[in-house]
Amino acid sequence: MSDDLHPFETFLRREMMPHIWCEGCGNGIILNCYVRALKDLGIDLNKVVTVAGIGCIGRISGYTNTDSYHTTHGRAVAFATGVKLANPELKVVVISGDGDLFAIGGNHFIHAARRNVDIQVICANNFNYGMTGGQYGPTTPLNAWTTTTPYGNIEHPFNLVHLAAASGAVYVARWTTLHIRMLTGSIKKALQKEGFSFIEVISPCPEIYGRYNKMRTGIDMMNWFRKASEIRHQSDPAKAEITPERIIIGEFVDIEKPSFGRLLREMTAKVQEKMVEGK
Amino acid sequence: MAKKGRAVLTGKHFMQGDIACAEGAIAAGCRFFAGYPITPATEIAERMAQRLPEVGGVYIQMEDELASMAAVIGASYSGVKSMTATSGPGFSLMVENIGLAFMTEAPCVIVNAMRGGPSTGQPTKSGQQDVMQAKWGSHGDYEIIALAPSSVQEIFDLTIEAFNLSETYRTPVVVLADEIVGHMWEPVTIPDADEIRVVNRKKPQVPPGEYAPFKPDEDLVPPMACFGEGYRFYATGLTHNESGLPRTDSAEAQQKLVQRLCDKIRKNADRIVKTEGTMLEDAEVAVVAYGITSRSALSAVRKAREAGIKAGLLRLVTLWPFPAQQVSQVAKKVDAILVLEMNYGQIVREVERVAKETPVIFLPKLGEEPHKPAEVLQAIRRTRS
Repeated sequence: MSDDLHPFETFLRREMMPHIWCEGCGNGIILNCYVRALKDLGIDLNKVVTVAGIGCIGRISGYTNTDSYHTTHGRAVAFATGVKLANPELKVVVISGDGDLFAIGGNHFIHAARRNVDIQVICANNFNYGMTGGQYGPTTPLNAWTTTTPYGNIEHPFNLVHLAAASGAVYVARWTTLHIRMLTGSIKKALQKEGFSFIEVISPCPEIYGRYNKMRTGIDMMNWFRKASEIRHQSDPAKAEITPERIIIGEFVDIEKPSFGRLLREMTAKVQEKMVEGK
Repeated sequence: MAKKGRAVLTGKHFMQGDIACAEGAIAAGCRFFAGYPITPATEIAERMAQRLPEVGGVYIQMEDELASMAAVIGASYSGVKSMTATSGPGFSLMVENIGLAFMTEAPCVIVNAMRGGPSTGQPTKSGQQDVMQAKWGSHGDYEIIALAPSSVQEIFDLTIEAFNLSETYRTPVVVLADEIVGHMWEPVTIPDADEIRVVNRKKPQVPPGEYAPFKPDEDLVPPMACFGEGYRFYATGLTHNESGLPRTDSAEAQQKLVQRLCDKIRKNADRIVKTEGTMLEDAEVAVVAYGITSRSALSAVRKAREAGIKAGLLRLVTLWPFPAQQVSQVAKKVDAILVLEMNYGQIVREVERVAKETPVIFLPKLGEEPHKPAEVLQAIRRTRS
């Protein structure tokens, strides 16, 4: 009987299947890498909380068989902050999209990174709002065609790894869904790191973004990632802007800095010590 | 282990309303506060920042009120009693996630020290202009519980009551205070810790495999597992079934869920609603008021009695669910109702709805001070001529 089970059976919520993602979408690869990282590390699944916002990848919290929560649009990081501070024993992972995390949720992202809240954020960057049919967002490349840039995109996109590094994240990496071993390795590293970590995953959206931008299939998009990707660990994130010709990937930041939770616990201990001394 | 600070400051104090609110929250078991500075609720945050570390709790100042409310729900789902405090402009941002708290049944408390609006309005002046927003601010059909304190003692008591109601019904509860109640100083008596009634959410009585996070008991309230307790459940703001799974295409699921969430409050309204009647037994004219304006009303009613006018006061302690039965009973006995509010007509609509044939006279007040007892008395007199 057990031969029939998927190797990640216990990591996935079977009653949520089939999933809603399109053929060629990268979200399944991200889910796969995430649960593989959890499995490899042997983390107690009862102590993991998977949080997602709104968008295609937002459903990932339902598919993962941990405690999980699907927030309002953009608020996943703020919700996760409350979860982690109220129960520091929990591993709190936010997995969401570029629009959710960086347009409507951008303020929460930079402040959580600045505080160094001990949460892990994984962003599926598919360059557009897929769920609503392909509108431009904060990472849409210049000149790209979307349903709301019918004459080409005239907004400059965010360079997410630069934004995360400048905001204070202690670990910043970028991979594409072609780089599953490196991505899994980065998720494992982030899960073991104290503080705010950020992993950007360049993810194909062939049904919507690709269709409008001359990459009609998942294979077309993966071919772009293959041709354009260049691994450069520890390179300057400011110079890692994504262009049609070049996607710099790798680990950009890996530093140590006390997390908000640690500083909070130290402060609380001091306050309580003083009270015992009657000061 | 370091000895923790005292959670309940038993004794007699001279306190500011905002501080009493914070002390009520801590006495009720609140150990998480996420907020954003705003006049006239800032002193609640300041007190929490000082006191929560003493009792082993967490204070965090978020980047805005959207984030504050989201963090409060997150902490509640981690099993910690949580609150935030704000005023009108911040409350406008919080209503987004008050809807989420209602939909995912997260117990939590939101204090709104009301000031003059709309928009930035009069930050340091009082108002009662967010009464309808508290009820209808978030989109979709929902029910809210809202309590209106009229003194410093009462903001202490009602903040405890707000936590108890939120834990009992797994729902967000709003304390609708105002700038005057928040900023004034009055005597407060804080009882012994064991004399304070503290309610905690129902926990599941079944093993994880059998737990359905949104399957209600007879009181329509589902027991609540929290993150990290081994139940591994899923909660979403999408329409969901009793197992918590999204049901976005099912009319039946939508009807069943929204109806239960609303009925959880509506059908328990008798247990939730509190009002206070003064000299209503033989009253011919009744004043209906709440919060700070009820104090002017009480003074005016007493003066009216001295002048031989049979006036009484119905003070609404609970604003939502609206005390329809209590107002209706009063309406049947009197021949006029006078409604006082520091706004341009909000709860008066509800009073008119249930008063039926009894004439309802509205006395609005916009600006920093509540009605003067003399002007209320004059309005009472006019109902007699």
